[in-house]
Amino acid sequence: MSTITDTHSAPAAHDDHDHHDHKPTGIKRWLFTTNHKDIGTMYLWFSFAMFLLGGSMALMIRAELFQPGMQIIDPHFFNQMTTMHGVIMVFGAVMPAFVGLANWMIPMMIGAPDMALPRMNNWSFWILPFAFLILLSTFFMPGGAPAFGWTFYAPLSTTYSTDSTALFVFAMHIMGMSSIMGAINVIVTIMNMRAPGMNYMKMPLFVWTWFITAFLLIAVMPVLAGVVTMVLTDKYFGTSFFDAAGGGDPVLFQHLFWFFGHPEVYIMILPSFGIVSAIIPAFARKPLFGYASMVYATSAIAGLSFLVWAHHMFTTGMPTFASLFFMYMTMLIAVPTGVKIFNWVTTMWRGAMTFETPMLFSIAFVVLFTIGGLSGVMLAITPVDYQYHDTYFVVAHFHYVLVSGAVFSILAAAYYWLPKWSGVMYDDFLSKMHFWCSLISVNILFFPMHFVGLAGMPRRIPDYALQFADINAIVSVGGFLFGFSQLIFLAVVVKCALKKGEPAPAKPWEGAEGLEWTVPSPAPYHTFDVPPKV
Amino acid sequence: MKVRLTSLLVGAIALFTATIASAQPSQLNLTRGATDISRQVYDLHMLVFYICVAIGVVVFSVMFISIVLHRKSRGVKPAKFHDNVKVEIAWTVIPFLILIGMAVPATITLIKMDDTSESDLSVLITGSQWRWHYSYLDYDVEYLSNLATPREQIYGRLPRTENYLLEVDRPLVIPTGKKVRFLITSDDVIHSWWVPEFAVKKDANPGYINEAWTRVDEPGIFRGQCAELCGRDHGFMPIVVIAKEPADFEEWIRGEEQRLADRRAEEERLLSMEMDKDELMRIGQQVHLSQCAACHQPNGQGIPGVFPAVAGSDVALNDRARHIEVIVNGVAGSAMQSFRNNLSMSEIAAVVTYQRNAWGNDTGDVVQAADIHNHIQGNQ
Repeated sequence: MSTITDTHSAPAAHDDHDHHDHKPTGIKRWLFTTNHKDIGTMYLWFSFAMFLLGGSMALMIRAELFQPGMQIIDPHFFNQMTTMHGVIMVFGAVMPAFVGLANWMIPMMIGAPDMALPRMNNWSFWILPFAFLILLSTFFMPGGAPAFGWTFYAPLSTTYSTDSTALFVFAMHIMGMSSIMGAINVIVTIMNMRAPGMNYMKMPLFVWTWFITAFLLIAVMPVLAGVVTMVLTDKYFGTSFFDAAGGGDPVLFQHLFWFFGHPEVYIMILPSFGIVSAIIPAFARKPLFGYASMVYATSAIAGLSFLVWAHHMFTTGMPTFASLFFMYMTMLIAVPTGVKIFNWVTTMWRGAMTFETPMLFSIAFVVLFTIGGLSGVMLAITPVDYQYHDTYFVVAHFHYVLVSGAVFSILAAAYYWLPKWSGVMYDDFLSKMHFWCSLISVNILFFPMHFVGLAGMPRRIPDYALQFADINAIVSVGGFLFGFSQLIFLAVVVKCALKKGEPAPAKPWEGAEGLEWTVPSPAPYHTFDVPPKV
Repeated sequence: MKVRLTSLLVGAIALFTATIASAQPSQLNLTRGATDISRQVYDLHMLVFYICVAIGVVVFSVMFISIVLHRKSRGVKPAKFHDNVKVEIAWTVIPFLILIGMAVPATITLIKMDDTSESDLSVLITGSQWRWHYSYLDYDVEYLSNLATPREQIYGRLPRTENYLLEVDRPLVIPTGKKVRFLITSDDVIHSWWVPEFAVKKDANPGYINEAWTRVDEPGIFRGQCAELCGRDHGFMPIVVIAKEPADFEEWIRGEEQRLADRRAEEERLLSMEMDKDELMRIGQQVHLSQCAACHQPNGQGIPGVFPAVAGSDVALNDRARHIEVIVNGVAGSAMQSFRNNLSMSEIAAVVTYQRNAWGNDTGDVVQAADIHNHIQGNQ
């Protein structure tokens, strides 16, 4: 610990120099910033913009599916919409939102003045908009954007794809680089820049879950880079990784993709666990139940996430013993995930709860994520998965964990820390409107999908048989309600950004714990120039 | 405000429940299906579903009791506990035991589903964009199965009929009471052959053959769809299976063998015959709409950057030999498949003639079945 104190005594000597907050103004401030708060803010705004863009694509899908028959868009464009919706939501909305939260909160939570590698931090954000510009530019190519699904299974993405594939691959490479740099930064920061006295088992769970997430990112992003490169060379350079005619195997693609893809699923949910583990104790005014078991459960989930990838592939014709292995491993994940849910509920038990908006979103998270988790257990059972696979049951499942799971936790985090970021309290009425509209509409949107999937509607189809019509109409209405509800959130955030609202105290939540509440609101440009004592 | 929100919530839930409740049971749950296996799968589904519901009810009840009782507005003082080893061991071990309870029946069913040995009949199923090809390995019978729903229904110019998008021109026919083995593969991208009532869903991987099986108890008609995204018309690739009594099946298969033999004889006869241009154009238009239009579009314009246009193309205007070659053998490394086994020579001749004389392609060319025959002979 003494070494950490020593390294930090040097900048502390320049105190009055640093406290001037001398930052460039205008566009230069944002382009050249190495400040974790500025970069966090940019990540969060970028993610919200992508969320609205990806959401508008979802609305296009839902508009077409409102009624049977082809009314609005062509099937080929429909496939472009499903593909781009998936890619944008995963890589543009959810992941950058978590990186933004990590940037803002991790240094403040561990008492560090900034991220460990601030210049790389700047770079890892600023390559992202270009990746998405490249990806979105494919809409203007002949044949349009990629239309092979966000999972880009070969050979649909190789021999049978349009030239937008090349740009898709390039964009994926850039997104991967950004994620890896972000992950390295998180790990280096957490390992080296904790305030004296903050040992690993004292770190807030958000820091812990991000620490584990960052290792997952470093492990699997290179696999994604590898598999997109193989798609590129199969399409343009005559290799046959995924082409049986040249000795390859299309199923190899799926093994590689899901070896990335399954840990990716946990990359998008582990930070949520951290957020909810911060918010529920704060509003229950009671310490988190089972802190240590939360850490172990998160690690167990991360470890198991490398052993379950082929549960996405039960119908590809794997040997029986392989199916059984992946079924058992997948079911096993329910144990540590259950531990987490039980811990949250027990944290609430015999607390003294109040229900501010961050708490409302967190409670909704626990309920709806549990529903998504339970349908996940159903999907793990191989013989029944043969029936569920590639139907709307799967669509319902992963939207429950990703939208009412990951996205709700991000919204909870935004409401929880907005006073700290902006210095003003958010508009309570609007935020409650946002919550109730979102909660109701998200269930109208995704709950009926379970039924239509069980009844036999495949996913990724632009038109459907008549018996699916009623439920699809309900789902589409829910989709539009949910989409437009998010504009309320935009209004709330804009009001805070314009400093319209009651000034926030340093610690606006009675039961909140953590170093971030020891600095004033809004958090000064530089915090913890002198490391705090924990 | 609180009252308004609550009534809004109640109203929405009531409306939602009413719509769901008015739906047919089959629209809300997995089918029990038509086979012993599909019923086992259904029972497993319901078992796991009830366990999940029970867990959900317990967890959510505790939570909502807590939300009601343990709120600050009731003046409660928060407890301070944050650990309890016994409770934590219990909620790790109990879920584990529940999972074992689900894994045992799942394993038994899966092993049965994967056992394709000792079948009575084998059908090779080949997916291609966007139709299924059925080939009976024990008989001399094979044919294509295309979507039968007309475009006019899809685009709303005609009212949609009962089996909209779930009807085909030539269904697969299998005997009841026999173990039918499906060998599943693909000519192009990955498809997935799925009939919910058999609980059979297996990917069709190009270059590899997957196996699945079923044994249907009672005669009936069973409908399914392609379940793996396979390109533009993925949603328009249905499956229809008719199960017949073994005697009826035998009669049907004899009829099919005869029909195919007749067709070959007709093919031979047509080789020596000239068809007139109007006849060729008429058949050619039908073939174009059923086989080519999904990609090249009914007006021959294709989709820029994805599927090349036929109208005004160099091949269709000038290079007649290339035109025939592309349709007969396909284009390697592209979505253009070989139609040599899917269309008769007179049909190929007709569609070539049609494409060379439609949409402003005014070559005046007339291609006869004999030209196609010569082209194939020349190749071999």
